[in-house]
Amino acid sequence: MDWGTLQAVLGGVNKHSTSIGKIWLTVLFIFRIMILVVAAERVWGDEQQDFVCNTLQPGCKNVCYDQFFPISHIRLWALQLIFVSTPALLVAMHVAYTRHEKKRRFRNGEKIDIEELKNEKIHIRGPLWWTYTSSIFFRIVFEAVFMYVFYYMYDGYQMPRLVKCSAWPCPNTVDCFVSRPTEKTTFTIFMLAVSGICMMLNLAELCYLVIKICMKESRKTT
Amino acid sequence: MNWAGLYTVLSGVNRHSTAIGRIWLSVIFIFRIMVLVVAAESVWGDEKSAFTCNTQQPGCNSVCYDHFFPISHIRLWALQLILVTTPALLVAMHVAYQQHQEKKLLVLTGHADPKHMEEVKKHKMRIAGSLWWTYVCSVVFRLLFEAVFMYIFYMLYPGYQMMRLVKCEAYPCPNTVDCFISRPTEKTIFTVFMLVTSSVCIILNMAELVYLVVRACARRSQHHSNPSSGKGSFYGHKHSSEYKQNEINQLL
Repeated sequence: MDWGTLQAVLGGVNKHSTSIGKIWLTVLFIFRIMILVVAAERVWGDEQQDFVCNTLQPGCKNVCYDQFFPISHIRLWALQLIFVSTPALLVAMHVAYTRHEKKRRFRNGEKIDIEELKNEKIHIRGPLWWTYTSSIFFRIVFEAVFMYVFYYMYDGYQMPRLVKCSAWPCPNTVDCFVSRPTEKTTFTIFMLAVSGICMMLNLAELCYLVIKICMKESRKTT
Repeated sequence: MNWAGLYTVLSGVNRHSTAIGRIWLSVIFIFRIMVLVVAAESVWGDEKSAFTCNTQQPGCNSVCYDHFFPISHIRLWALQLILVTTPALLVAMHVAYQQHQEKKLLVLTGHADPKHMEEVKKHKMRIAGSLWWTYVCSVVFRLLFEAVFMYIFYMLYPGYQMMRLVKCEAYPCPNTVDCFISRPTEKTIFTVFMLVTSSVCIILNMAELVYLVVRACARRSQHHSNPSSGKGSFYGHKHSSEYKQNEINQLL
């Protein structure tokens, strides 16, 4: 079970999304997941090995690393991507349930064409509209929460070259040097920018859905 | 055979599960197996190489690591996930057996054309009769395995927290030696995360058990109050076990 399987699972949801939703999914897979797997993981690959402290005291490096990096950027991004892509499964479950109900009605005697049922694009209206809107709302919330967590944990989005550590068993204060800080800062800013773009796409999709439903309601009343 | 292979095998079972069962399967694959593979494994990747003891005594490092980590979290989680997902295969086997019986019946009654055979494979089995018992057993076993592993984790690693420092006195370490664990905070975060998802899965399994029992009781009381009504569709009736048994009895 890896990113490829997640892509297969979410690809199915794509069929029932709006156009903005499809763009969002593409941005997610190409600019975030793919960058994470092919580039970012290599940059952070030697994060602990090459974290060097100016001391011979055994254990000091481990403790300082743990103090300054409670959870690595890579793991946070992996969790963020998993949480952000999961609300789309709510929509997939709702669509599957709607199809199941239609099949049941077919079996109970109503005339519905099975082939048409399989290929039919489900329109986003009624309870499905609420499910879809909730899923976008949750996506936005998760994105915002993770962006805040990043900001809170790493005091801004920059990776320092040097950190000063005085945790036991380090003697007094010890200088520790982070591996590849500039490259890490570059990727952090890149992932932040793409995360911002995804949030804007989600907001745009939310506005689009709300406007569409308002226009439909006003057309019904007039 | 890897996690993707397991996913393929279990996706087939998904069709015959209840709605709660499908949610449970999604939680297992996305929040547990996927997190294990893409995140947790790299956190524990350097657990032994970065385990440092404050001594130059050869062998002390290895002995202390072995003393404090008899079995790594990652391996325990892998075993837990395999054992927890396997009872679903009981259901898959039972469904396959029922489908085999239906196909035999079709052959005996002379409806052995490819269209009917395909229909047998595709149609969703109702969780009733002996399949209900198999399904309930599989859910009970899942619950049992989850609980057992959570207990093992608690016994091996009390409090679920990863210490920064452990003090080791095992031979050949001289006196007491300080040993430092790599990435303890990150490991604690992931241990708590996996614990929470494990609890969510236990709650889903209990909900599914309650749902199945309530549904069976409701069906039984409906049957007692109205024995002649054949609830369900024509297809459901045609493939119900009583109908099948009657047909087989007539033919034999």
